[in-house]
Amino acid sequence: MPIDPSDVQWVQAPKIGLLEQLYLPAIFAGMQTTVRHLFMPKVTVQFPEERPKMPPNYRGVHRLNRDEEGRVKCVACYMCSTACPAHCIDIVAAPSPWPDREKYPETFVIDELRCIYCGMCEEACPVDAIELTSLFDLTGLSREEMMFDKEKLLSVFDETVAAGTDPVRTGRGRLGTASELPPEQARTV
Amino acid sequence: MTTQQLVLTIITILVVMGAILGACAYLVFIERKIAAYVQDRIGPNRVGPKGLLQPIADGLKFLFKEDIIPAHVDKVLFLAAPAIAVTTALLAFAVVPFGPTEPDAYQFVIAPRVDIGIVFVFAVTSLTVYAIILGGWSSNNKYSFIGGLRSSAQLVSYEIPMGMSVLGVILLTGSLSLERIIDHQVAGGWNIWFQPVGFLLFLTAAFAECNRLPFDLPEAEQELVGGYHTEYSALKFGMFFLGEYAHVITTSFLLSILFFGGWHFPWIAEHDSYAVVKVVVILVKVTAFILFYMLVRWTIPRFRFDQLMGLAWKVLIPLALANLLCVMVIKQLVASFGLSRAWLWVLLPVSLLLFVGAAVPAVLWSSRGRRVAVTASGDERVAAVAR
Repeated sequence: MPIDPSDVQWVQAPKIGLLEQLYLPAIFAGMQTTVRHLFMPKVTVQFPEERPKMPPNYRGVHRLNRDEEGRVKCVACYMCSTACPAHCIDIVAAPSPWPDREKYPETFVIDELRCIYCGMCEEACPVDAIELTSLFDLTGLSREEMMFDKEKLLSVFDETVAAGTDPVRTGRGRLGTASELPPEQARTV
Repeated sequence: MTTQQLVLTIITILVVMGAILGACAYLVFIERKIAAYVQDRIGPNRVGPKGLLQPIADGLKFLFKEDIIPAHVDKVLFLAAPAIAVTTALLAFAVVPFGPTEPDAYQFVIAPRVDIGIVFVFAVTSLTVYAIILGGWSSNNKYSFIGGLRSSAQLVSYEIPMGMSVLGVILLTGSLSLERIIDHQVAGGWNIWFQPVGFLLFLTAAFAECNRLPFDLPEAEQELVGGYHTEYSALKFGMFFLGEYAHVITTSFLLSILFFGGWHFPWIAEHDSYAVVKVVVILVKVTAFILFYMLVRWTIPRFRFDQLMGLAWKVLIPLALANLLCVMVIKQLVASFGLSRAWLWVLLPVSLLLFVGAAVPAVLWSSRGRRVAVTASGDERVAAVAR
């Protein structure tokens, strides 16, 4: 869009003084800055040996959280796979072997290559079972290797909790209210 | 020439060439390290201890890359250009003394006692422009061509102040021989004290002649892709690179010989010092200048092309002429009144006065500052510039 002439204001550039006309003071000042930076602490992170500290809201590899008893927290409600814009989550639900929930995921597969790491699964999950960790250097040698199944995702949880990089953020071990059975069924259990 | 001298000269040539080639490789490394440190980074540190083998890896990369000759180039000139670049840069070193040159001992120079020394250096180094023009032209590519054109204009312009700035030194010495220029400074004080303006002019022109920032317009990446060497790859590109760094080394030697007394340093390297001390002193000076080159690169941004030309023709050349005039007048006065050599020290205040005085007319003429348009919202976006 062209600038409207009424928006343009004409000002006089400041006069160049004798010292500025000589250039040398400005060059010396510049050299001072350059030399100062030579001795300043460096910002480089020596990556493989030294790992950067990611911000806690970094969206990296997924994990499936465990509850207090070490069981998978997921209740196979499909809300994450519905929310997923990349359709990378594949869940097969089965009746839960445990009395406190109706279903559990028999398989839970995330295609890490297809995922766009938007974090919407995390937001959709009613029981805080799926979370994105701060692991950013995900690599693999084949496409199959990058299909993360339930065991792999649970192991990511174990690893990240053990490493202390990603403490359990939400609800600790407890399931959320969405996992609770309807009142009449709860009474029969 | 006796056989012994011949063998000695051949050995000297081999050692010097090897040293320059090795130094060039490590200068690239130092340049990368300095670039990194100035930008608060660490720089190459993976190949070998502290990254010291990086230049060897870089060299091997140049050797083993595919040597591409594009289909649309003028083959003969395309191949000749890098060869000329490297040859001229190395040839210029033939007369440059890198240590003491006493007639009865080993002389630290390939071709000793060349009376036209400095003229030879200028003549050979200015041939570098052929490499750049031929490289740019034969590549048959717009970016290369523009790079070559820019470079020819730049090198031709800066030859003049470069030559004129050392005329003062030559007048003071009364000789073109680099060895005699050193001897003269050992006896009567470094030329920097008599020719500070000459030094500044020579330094500026040397930066331009080496195509170093802030005068690297021939290879301005942002505008010209790669400039004159856009089409070059592998070892041919490496040779351009080598030529450039060899040029940096040669000009650094010239700076320390012409203005900083060569191997001389008060109390440390005098006439009767060991030759080793003298060689070390001159190498330290040269290294200091090379480091200075590299620091300036990260300090001053690149000139616009008209600023570049303006600097050469409107500032450096008149200033060099005025400087020369001062030397002539003062030397003549000292000679005709039979005054002692100490009177030459008058040149120091005169030079400084000249330098400051040169800025005065510029300040007076620019009394009316430029009118600059800014948008009404007061942001500093410059919409137009009017005189």
